[in-house]
Amino acid sequence: MDLWAAARLWGPPGLLLTWALHLALCLRSAQTSVPPSRDYCVLGAGPAGLQMAYFLQRAGRDYAVFERAPRPGSFFTRYPRHRQLISINKRHTGKANAEFNLRHDWNSLLSHDPRLLFRHYSRAYFPDAGDMVRYLGDFAQRLGLHVLYNTTITHVTLHKARQAWNGHYFILTDQMGHTHQCSVLLVATGLSVPNQVDFPGSEYVEGYESVSVDPEDFEGQNVLILGRGNSAFETAENILGVTNFIHMLSRSRVRLSWATHYVGDLRAINNGLLDTYQLKSLDGLLESDLTDLAIVKDREGKFHVTLKFFLEEGNPSADADAVTLPQDDNDNFAMRVAYDRVIRCLGWNFDFSIFNKSLRLSSGGKFSKKYPLIKASYESKGSRGLFVLGTASHSVDYRKSAGGFIHGFRYTVRAVHRLLEHRHHGVAWPSTELPTSQLTSAIVRRVNEASGLYQMFSVLADVILLKENAMAFEYLEEFPVQMLAQLETITGRKARHGLFVVNMEYGRNFSGPDKDVFFYDRSVGHTEDAWQSNFLHPVVYYYRHLPTEQEVRFRPAGWALPRPTAIHHVVEDFLTDWTAPVGHILPLRRFLENCLDTDLRSFYAESCFLFALTHQKLPPFCQQGYLRAQGLVGTESLRRHGVESGLLRDYTTADRLHEDGARRPLGSSRAPGPPVRPPESNKEEL
Amino acid sequence: MKAYLFRGNILLREFPPDTLFDVNAIVAHVLFALLFNEVKYISTLEDLQNIESALKGKASIAFSYVRAIGTPEHRAVMEAAFVYGTTYQFVLTTETALLESIGTEDIKNAHLYFFHCKQVLDLTEQCRRTLMEPPLTTLNIHRFIKTMEAPLLTEVAEDPQQVSTVHLQLGLPLVFIVSQQATYEADRRTAEWVAWRLLGKAGVLLLLRDSSEVDIPQHANVVFRRAEEGVPVEFLVLHDVDLIISRVESNMHIEEIQEDEDEDMASPDMDIQDDEVAETVYRDRKRRLPLELTVEVTEETFNTTVVASDSIVLFYAGWQAVSMAFLQSYIDLAIKLKGTSTMLLARVNCADWSDLCTKQNVTEFPVVKMYKEGETPVSYTGMLGTEDLLKFIQLNRISCPVNITSVQEAEEYLNGELHKDLISYSSVSVLGLFSPNMTTVKEDFTEAGNCLKGYVITGIYSEEDVLILSNKYAATLPALLLARHKEGKIESIPLANSPAQDIVQIITNALLETFPEITVENLPIYLRLQKPLLILFSEGSINPQYKKAMLKLAKDKHLDSLIPCWLNLQNTPAGRGILQAYFDALPPLPLIVVVNLHSGGQVFAFPSDQAIKEQNLLLWLKKLEAGLESHITVLPAQEWKPPLPAYDFLSMMDAAASHHPTRKDPECTKETDASEKDKKQEDKSAIRKEPIETLRIKHWNRSNWFKEGGKSFTHDNKEL
Repeated sequence: MDLWAAARLWGPPGLLLTWALHLALCLRSAQTSVPPSRDYCVLGAGPAGLQMAYFLQRAGRDYAVFERAPRPGSFFTRYPRHRQLISINKRHTGKANAEFNLRHDWNSLLSHDPRLLFRHYSRAYFPDAGDMVRYLGDFAQRLGLHVLYNTTITHVTLHKARQAWNGHYFILTDQMGHTHQCSVLLVATGLSVPNQVDFPGSEYVEGYESVSVDPEDFEGQNVLILGRGNSAFETAENILGVTNFIHMLSRSRVRLSWATHYVGDLRAINNGLLDTYQLKSLDGLLESDLTDLAIVKDREGKFHVTLKFFLEEGNPSADADAVTLPQDDNDNFAMRVAYDRVIRCLGWNFDFSIFNKSLRLSSGGKFSKKYPLIKASYESKGSRGLFVLGTASHSVDYRKSAGGFIHGFRYTVRAVHRLLEHRHHGVAWPSTELPTSQLTSAIVRRVNEASGLYQMFSVLADVILLKENAMAFEYLEEFPVQMLAQLETITGRKARHGLFVVNMEYGRNFSGPDKDVFFYDRSVGHTEDAWQSNFLHPVVYYYRHLPTEQEVRFRPAGWALPRPTAIHHVVEDFLTDWTAPVGHILPLRRFLENCLDTDLRSFYAESCFLFALTHQKLPPFCQQGYLRAQGLVGTESLRRHGVESGLLRDYTTADRLHEDGARRPLGSSRAPGPPVRPPESNKEEL
Repeated sequence: MKAYLFRGNILLREFPPDTLFDVNAIVAHVLFALLFNEVKYISTLEDLQNIESALKGKASIAFSYVRAIGTPEHRAVMEAAFVYGTTYQFVLTTETALLESIGTEDIKNAHLYFFHCKQVLDLTEQCRRTLMEPPLTTLNIHRFIKTMEAPLLTEVAEDPQQVSTVHLQLGLPLVFIVSQQATYEADRRTAEWVAWRLLGKAGVLLLLRDSSEVDIPQHANVVFRRAEEGVPVEFLVLHDVDLIISRVESNMHIEEIQEDEDEDMASPDMDIQDDEVAETVYRDRKRRLPLELTVEVTEETFNTTVVASDSIVLFYAGWQAVSMAFLQSYIDLAIKLKGTSTMLLARVNCADWSDLCTKQNVTEFPVVKMYKEGETPVSYTGMLGTEDLLKFIQLNRISCPVNITSVQEAEEYLNGELHKDLISYSSVSVLGLFSPNMTTVKEDFTEAGNCLKGYVITGIYSEEDVLILSNKYAATLPALLLARHKEGKIESIPLANSPAQDIVQIITNALLETFPEITVENLPIYLRLQKPLLILFSEGSINPQYKKAMLKLAKDKHLDSLIPCWLNLQNTPAGRGILQAYFDALPPLPLIVVVNLHSGGQVFAFPSDQAIKEQNLLLWLKKLEAGLESHITVLPAQEWKPPLPAYDFLSMMDAAASHHPTRKDPECTKETDASEKDKKQEDKSAIRKEPIETLRIKHWNRSNWFKEGGKSFTHDNKEL
């Protein structure tokens, strides 16, 4: 451990040396019985593993990534089988803001190096998987991430130790039988086991992972595809033009991602079969539970679909042609035709096999096969100090947000890293402290550019912690919002005086697999209807107290967060540009003002001057600017506009003084608006 | 179908169903039947006169006209009769002719008159009548009758702020007529007259000045107190009874308007910009600024342009009003400096180059930073205006402190010759005098000079012959010499072993003038002293006589507890706004006031009939100190509250949830793992909602829920 740390001090120029030394270290440790120990072990050098490695490296932490392949991103060397990624690579947005542009870049990992943006690796909107492999290779290499390639971890177990950070170490055993001891284990192995459904005849079924990708192999065939996800449609798309027909069979109805806003559902780029199905070609979609099915092979090697029930009834050893088929009873049975091929595209499961039972990674639930059991903080429910990152962590926001995909988990990985920095190194969650006069601006800035909020909507949200008397606030970015009750322990920040949560949300009843998402008048334009906005829009929650765990858990149905003291929706915007002064910023300011019970308007120095001599108290903007001799002076042309609008008063004409003989009483205005405002100005504007 | 009304088993009445058309009609009819004795229905003027003469000296009458039986107004009257029917005789009519005969022109609306018959002793005398003005609702009638019961006029001697009467509880204002022993009888008559006029609208009280311990400004003859809590009382000078009446009525008018606004579904005000900066910037959006006079810097060009040469960089955000307002001043500055400055004027739009701004530690907008080669960037902390930034840039041309190398140069420095072009930006030059061996304090002074760079000119002299200077200016080393160029004066300040921060403080304090002209720019510096201000308001330049008097007073230490200053209304027109706030009727200028900003907010005015002379001023200040002067006004101490309510989306969402059958899921759902939730989603999706329905709801709610929303705003505000 000491040696390792010393080696790291040599820094990047000595990278080769570091490697050499590291190898030496490995060799030596193999000889001795004490396993090499690390603070952080990352399993898998895919996008999530590399992303975590990047943050650990930047923070100067002791870590290593274990990768069984000789290079990063091995999943992408084989998948998707037809090589086209369905994550968009938008190279132009018309904007220079790098943070904003990440909203439309679904492939890049987060780093400080602008060369490591995916748009430099492919010009295609839907890039080739090979480019992803190249990108991940560069990412690991350029940033000098510590990845141990060709190291297959075959077993992970727990070793109790009182001095360990979490009361135990994770012991990793590799294919050579060497062990590695880790204080924190970060599992980023993705979903690697093809999902298989067991039914009679499943042995005749080809898997997505091995099926031919050459369309010529399907020339003039009848094809049955099991599954209705993107891999199923991707496979169909590839052979659509050469087959006789394709039938697709799955339990549930097709879910179109443009109707559900969930990128894991069927993407339009893959849905060519839907088009031909509905345009009366021979292709088609069917719904049935796969577990009830059976497939039998006839003498000619063709496949027939029947029911498990018939098979059990009859003689199991009987010849295929003797088995009862549904069409025997029901002569218009849809799948009465014989198939040349049956292909299974049923998705992927997490590989639980290397984890010892003591880690309690699996649950008893329905999801137990697909995803490990984790909390909203991505920490395993079974063992403290074990975090699941990347695709395998998607149970947190399955079918909701983007946590199972690069453009989502790159942010959740960062959140996990921030949590770890505080838990083990005393580094509080990064935050910016600003005066209240900057509150509206701080929110407007984030909702207009933040990519993490946008991609991981309703999972990661910004939190604004108010300081005493609400004169200042701390701004925390991208906090896993389901952990809101534990905010203080996770971030090391105090939430004693109320808080705002800035979230992005779609309209509640807008999306769904069966909804008409293009209905007329679907968008809301009036600020007072903002709460009915359908498209993704910012929502600000105000809590007087940090919600409790109970409140978060038993929140109202369909709510991303517990019921707040007050809520504000910024009206949806066609351009996702929420900077309109009256349409967006003004209602937001009113909301913040009413939550904080203060006046958040900005004033020119002259107005502050007037207030300073005619009121005992000043609005926050004057207190935090003018009184510190940082008032906003303004220009003559702005002053003129102010006078025209009636918000400013022109004092340069002396005779006004005597006209308004009746003094406006000082204490009479209920809300101390600018006392200079002539009462008639209101009417003019109405 | 028919409805029957029974008492026990006796049938009282039967109602044809068409009379019971809604809740109001049902309540009104039932009460009308039950209160047969308490409420007399009449149809001729004669009936009314009979009742009136029968009740004189016995009981008062509540006479009401409603357009029809069963209307909401009828119900309100019946409900009031249910409560007050035993105390007053209720009389009801639906005859417009009857109403007209007692002198009302407006017959469209329901009316209620209160006939003050109980007090009438002479049977030939008519009962006084008071018309109830607000619309006939149960609450309004209740409020009206309550005020009829209250004494017409009350005499008090307490603090008007402390007095409590039934009127306040009913949300009505109080009018105090200030009386003196000498004029008591006349005042009382006036007050009674006012009381009758304001009956039902405000409470009228007679406040005895002589016996009162309250501080009432000299000339005030009426005190007005609003019903809202926490609003300070107003002291008024009103010489006409009608003014008092119109005062009260105009106030009611405002209240009514505000109520209307609350009920107005569109509540248009909320969408009207009330932020002066945002509004002015928005109105100016179409004007093309000569932005090309400044260099636009991007993430890519930052290092090559900004770091390469001395530059000023403005970090702003294109969508943020305050920074866009300042950008205009910045461009004005560029116009002024065009071709003269070596300093590069650059700007970064953080809306585009967010990462660059974060890297430069810019987290709020606008921020101005100065980048000089080999130095850490300095943030500008002065006023966000052309002049102040110009001063900062100009003063940054010299190093601070300037190293002075000879006595000759030091003299030039002190008389302003050395930095001729700069002294217009800094009226004071500071010179630190040190023996060559005073290394620590020299370092501290250098640090302080650095701190003040851009705001003050500082210099340092520590040659062997420093004694020549210290002797000449009678300064003990280490010392500061302050050269005030405008006045041509040089002062010395001893400099003990003060750390750099203290030196900064000493210098900034020394920059303060004894009797400055107060301006928008310099007020904050003087406010820091936390003392009451003594301001002389002058139209144009100050009369030298006044200035002399003030300086004399200051010199004699009579003004130590105050900040004496003067305000030139031509330079600072906002001063007029201040005067309007201080004075009811503006006496001729010049005016002298003392404003106790930091404790109490009282404003005292120097009597305008006295000449501004040292003696008079001194006497006045003495009286002030002794508490013998009464203030002309008190500055409001309220916190700055939200100018308008916000949309209460939470209530709208609640309303939608309760109106919408498909939303009637169990109130709360336990958070389950993703699979179960997912199942739930699928279940929900089975209930197909027609889009058209959503639409209808959207429009419907715009007109209806809004009212509810509006009501709960006020409620919510309190909670928040």
